[in-house]
Amino acid sequence: MPLSALTGTKLRDRRLAAGLRQADVAARAGISASYLNLIEHNRRKVTPEVMERLADALQIDRAALVEGREAALVEDLRAAAARNAAQAQPQAAAEVERVEDLVDRFPGWAALLVALDVRGRALERAVEALNDRMTHDPHLSQSLHELLSSLSAVRATAAILAETPDLEPDWAARFHRNLHQDSERLAAGAEALVGFLDAGQGIKEQGIAAPQEEVEDWLRGRSWVIRDVELAAGLEEEIEHLASTAARSLARAHVARARADAAALPEAAFLAALAETGPDPLALAGRLGLSPLVVMRRLAGMPGTSAGLVTCDGSGTLTFRKPATGFPLPRFGAACPLWPLYGALGRPLQPVEARVQMAGQSDRRHRAVAWAETRHPLGPRGPELREAAMLILPDDGAGPVLTIGSSCRICARGDCPARREPSILAAEGVG
Amino acid sequence: MAQHVLLIEDEPNIAEAIRFLLTRDGLRVSHAAEGAAALVLLRQDPPDLVILDHMLPGMSGLEVLTAVRADPESRNLPVMMLTARGRDREMAEAAGADRFMTKPFSNAEIIAEVRTMLGQPRQAP
Repeated sequence: MPLSALTGTKLRDRRLAAGLRQADVAARAGISASYLNLIEHNRRKVTPEVMERLADALQIDRAALVEGREAALVEDLRAAAARNAAQAQPQAAAEVERVEDLVDRFPGWAALLVALDVRGRALERAVEALNDRMTHDPHLSQSLHELLSSLSAVRATAAILAETPDLEPDWAARFHRNLHQDSERLAAGAEALVGFLDAGQGIKEQGIAAPQEEVEDWLRGRSWVIRDVELAAGLEEEIEHLASTAARSLARAHVARARADAAALPEAAFLAALAETGPDPLALAGRLGLSPLVVMRRLAGMPGTSAGLVTCDGSGTLTFRKPATGFPLPRFGAACPLWPLYGALGRPLQPVEARVQMAGQSDRRHRAVAWAETRHPLGPRGPELREAAMLILPDDGAGPVLTIGSSCRICARGDCPARREPSILAAEGVG
Repeated sequence: MAQHVLLIEDEPNIAEAIRFLLTRDGLRVSHAAEGAAALVLLRQDPPDLVILDHMLPGMSGLEVLTAVRADPESRNLPVMMLTARGRDREMAEAAGADRFMTKPFSNAEIIAEVRTMLGQPRQAP
């Protein structure tokens, strides 16, 4: 798997910082100095083996060269470019293939671009929500109709009174009375409308951030961990600080579920089992006599774990997204159909496991374990609901690897049989 | 004989004002406050022009218009619709309305429009 253009530049920086000569590092890594020179100038791609040796020669962690915050930034920028590709002028198209360059040289500007993209989407959502409200709100439409009706009557009546020179007294009295009635109605209507527009539902309520993102931001701020003691004490105070009602309701549902998980599998018992069995959700579930879904949620919520977790409902919509390092998750829209998650969704109660690698995400591998269950909350004649979860664990093992993506628009896999739409990235072959 | 206008409008004070204006302009005006009654009147005493409010209780203005257009007797009857919103206008146009007046209209506008639709010469104000 080729590494990104960023890698060569970083290697060079690290070598210079360590005060080492190209020839010495090349000798230690068992490659020629001229080859290292080409690598450092991003003119040659590096195989994982050579990368490993170079990292050892420089005494650095290989992952430090390509992963971390910057990888997330690269992914977010690609997603932003994909979203805005349709609107961009041809001459203003983002140089997606040089995104690592940008992140490497101007991390602050890159972060600002991502923040602007997020803000832009939030505003789009707010406009959509307000537009929906203007168009479809029956109360608003009723109020406006009432206002326009009384206003029409006032205007027509007042004009008759003003413009009819020989208006008979009977008619004049009648129109004066009508005018009075309609002006009362007009005032009441205007008051109702102002009251409606002023009522608590501000722009915040209209979804500046998608509720799910709000909850995920909150959990990210907690490093995705809620301890059993915190569950027992309650988290209402934190939840109150979420901006939208919808987010607060999602957060409460999340906490309620975590509480049920903790009751079924208390932290101490779980940690004890984990120490003996290792982070294998199916083995743990079998040993503890619990649903693998509970065990997966517990695993992903342990302090200090790097495990990622995604869950989806029967429609495939992601309902929970905790990313793992080197395994970026789509912020919105549909994910990669090759994920084991979807394999499990189609076959409830059968485990699906694969060693996976994200296209274009260096050569970091993950073990993805997925499991799905069905529920019938309204009894067996009611609708069948499905829930699937996929735990994403770091993996160093050897063996066949499935190349997957985050979502099609920002996926580099070249020969994908499941591709829904073209990618904005240059295709790469699959190893 | 005076030309006959059927006014279908549920707001009594608007109806009264329009009726007054058109009567003074030499027209005969009959009035219905809702759609079903209006369709009965239409058959009993066929008008030369219909003024139809868009928002009516029960049968909506559009439904009344569709019924008017479905009857061969009234297929070509000129219909003026009183609408409040721009989007309603497209639907009314598709349903076969000839002219539109947007609320709140001015009295001079409505008289001029009625005269035009009845083929009367425009009078000096």
